[in-house]
Amino acid sequence: MAITQPGLWKRHEIFEKNSIVLLICALLVVAIGGLVEITPLFYLKSTIETVEGVRPYTPLELAGRNIYIREGCYLCHSQMVRPMRDEVERYGHFSLAAESLYDHPFQWGSKRTGPDLARVGGKYSDQWHREHLKDPRAVVPASIMPAYAFLDRPLDAEAIAEDLKANRAVGVPYSDEMIAAAHADLLAQLDPDGPHAADLQRRYPGAAIRDFGGERGRVAEIDALVAYLQVLGTMVDFTIYDDKKNLR
Amino acid sequence: MAARPSSKYMTEGEAGLGLILVVGAFACALASARAVDAPFGVHMAMFALAAAAGFAALLKRYEGRPVEPAPQERDGRPNYNLGPVKFAAIAAMGWGIAGFTVGCIIAFQLWAPALNLGLEYTSFGRLRPLHTSAVIFAFGGNVLIGTSLYVVQRTCRARLAGDLAPWFVVLGYNLFIVVAGTGYLMGVTQSKEYAEPEWYADLWLTVVWVVYLLVFLGTIAKRREPHIFVANWFYLAFIVTIAMLHIVNNLAMPVSLLGSKSYPLFAGVQDALIQWWYGHNAVGFFLTAGFLAIMYYFVPKRAERPIYSYRLSIIHFWALIFMYIWAGPHHLHYTALPDWAQTLGMTFSIMLWMPSWGGMINGLMTLSGAWDRLRTDPVLRFMVVSLAFYGMATFEGPMMAIKAVNSLSHYTDWTIGHVHSGALGWVAYISFGALYCLVPWLWNRREVYSLKLVEWHFWISTLGIVLYISAMWVAGIMQGLMWRAYNDLGFLEYSFVETVEAMRPYYLVRALGGVLFLTGALIMAYNLAMTIAGRTADAGHPLPASPALPTAAGLAPAK
Repeated sequence: MAITQPGLWKRHEIFEKNSIVLLICALLVVAIGGLVEITPLFYLKSTIETVEGVRPYTPLELAGRNIYIREGCYLCHSQMVRPMRDEVERYGHFSLAAESLYDHPFQWGSKRTGPDLARVGGKYSDQWHREHLKDPRAVVPASIMPAYAFLDRPLDAEAIAEDLKANRAVGVPYSDEMIAAAHADLLAQLDPDGPHAADLQRRYPGAAIRDFGGERGRVAEIDALVAYLQVLGTMVDFTIYDDKKNLR
Repeated sequence: MAARPSSKYMTEGEAGLGLILVVGAFACALASARAVDAPFGVHMAMFALAAAAGFAALLKRYEGRPVEPAPQERDGRPNYNLGPVKFAAIAAMGWGIAGFTVGCIIAFQLWAPALNLGLEYTSFGRLRPLHTSAVIFAFGGNVLIGTSLYVVQRTCRARLAGDLAPWFVVLGYNLFIVVAGTGYLMGVTQSKEYAEPEWYADLWLTVVWVVYLLVFLGTIAKRREPHIFVANWFYLAFIVTIAMLHIVNNLAMPVSLLGSKSYPLFAGVQDALIQWWYGHNAVGFFLTAGFLAIMYYFVPKRAERPIYSYRLSIIHFWALIFMYIWAGPHHLHYTALPDWAQTLGMTFSIMLWMPSWGGMINGLMTLSGAWDRLRTDPVLRFMVVSLAFYGMATFEGPMMAIKAVNSLSHYTDWTIGHVHSGALGWVAYISFGALYCLVPWLWNRREVYSLKLVEWHFWISTLGIVLYISAMWVAGIMQGLMWRAYNDLGFLEYSFVETVEAMRPYYLVRALGGVLFLTGALIMAYNLAMTIAGRTADAGHPLPASPALPTAAGLAPAK
């Protein structure tokens, strides 16, 4: 490279002879694309649709979501219905950005080794989910999903309030009341006849309150996971959602 | 006569690092005892043990070293620091085999789900990040760090900057790998693909990476050549861009400073684009720019030809690093990401084809006048075929980034096939070529133990790649077509599980392709081990230690 280059090419020497200039210019050049593409997403109002119904996860759903993440479910299941005819007919209304507003991190996924789960909530019974997670091939003989029988162990969620606090720190609107009642709410969601069910319903409108097929008085990881799966895609009511209003 | 021990002092670096290690060991041990979850406790214990081991190694090194620090030059020639490079080369080989093995296991799991064993530690969802991180960051990362620390010394004709720092980089990086990998098995993940490690591992990597940048820059600053060699531009762009991507994508709020769990700063659509801005440029800078740097040093060296075009290298360097960054949104076509961002991402992805091929052309044309060597030198063949795969993958990538194509390919195994034609064909092959060159140079051997075994490695693994990618092409396109197939009555033709059943034979072919690739790597490991042991295949006795032959003259294959 030591051959002297004529004309304009010689100008490139400044980068080849000064490592700091090369470093700074390379950093500037690689910074541009990200700045142009990413920063507008934080201030363009059209990025996230105006919809009603999207709320923060209940403590039980959040605990279930953490299990979903821990087990790497997102590696085989997307949560993002694209607006093609076949996808909308197979899975339901295409996904909105607003539906993952409180998803830290997002779970859109990149691969469908199994089906999309963005709208799996309410499609199957709690019992179906439990049987399926325990032994997928008992319910779907050709399934290649791993068995998750080990999820029938106690859920460690004593400190779930800390998780809500961390979420609030990154922008999820959990109120002081929600954080104070986090652990009680987690238990209350499994007990529709309990004294706290009404409070939970007020704090998290539309939350499903039932035992999710589990045993009374014992909270297992699978209960939380089923509660999470059953809320997926159900927060927005698409019978009243107006697509035209959110054309982008 | 040895100097009197009293005249030997610890350097500031030794004392400072020793102090940090001692304090660190105690702090981590304390954190381990107080951990709020078991994985964090295990990891802090690992950090504590590593710090204690590092301190012991530091003392032992001090005890054994001469009074004066290692000289910068010996007999008027640079006194290259090759210890960290040797470590990285061996680590790369070991991690490569581990990563390929886990890849084979998860490939077979998709064919026979009973192989998940019903255990949490062996289920697909936990092993898959182990596979990707082991091959990308453990194997690829050690190849990049090892070769960069070698190339920067040779092309600057200067000893590595820092005395302990290069060792800190190599050992610290491998500690990060161990923490990340064991974390996945225990379910510690932030679920961002290729950025799964949790906040404390991310912080540790940041420290290691900054030291890496300083060592690299410091060595360039010491150079005795007027110009910075082209390979170093690419290494530098790789190091600095990975730092930027890593820091932004991993911003997160830990639930507790004594626990493993954290919540990323960004959510939903913004998080998605930041993740794929990171994810695509982990490909662009880790797996492309870094390995192009390897190409720019090792191909000309092995072929004994100058680089084809200096001007092409300038144009394609700046164009490549500028355009790659924009391509991330093509991972999010037809999602809830705004259309303008998708279109922008697609446009730049297509344009990216040109600078990518600029690199390929520059590498391939370097062979001008030496094409006959492909017949006789399997090491050079590895590198040339890697460039062919690079060209193929960087054509396929832009094509798949076109929205219409992506609507079919996205979410299918076509993507997996595409990634592996790049990862196995390009990244692994250029790495194999570089390691086959580097190991004999580092250990002062004339040539690898057996070029015949390199031939075997080449053909077995090439067959493996062909099986792998063709199975995934067919399977992926079939899967995409089945998902969108309608019958005469206007209903969806197939249920989802029918498309899963149809994949089964292809998953088996893919797994067998992976086994062939792994077999090739095992042959390589044996070959390199024998090379390090100083043996040659035809003569059963060690070669006399000869001076290094960094130009590695073209030799006839061992018979």
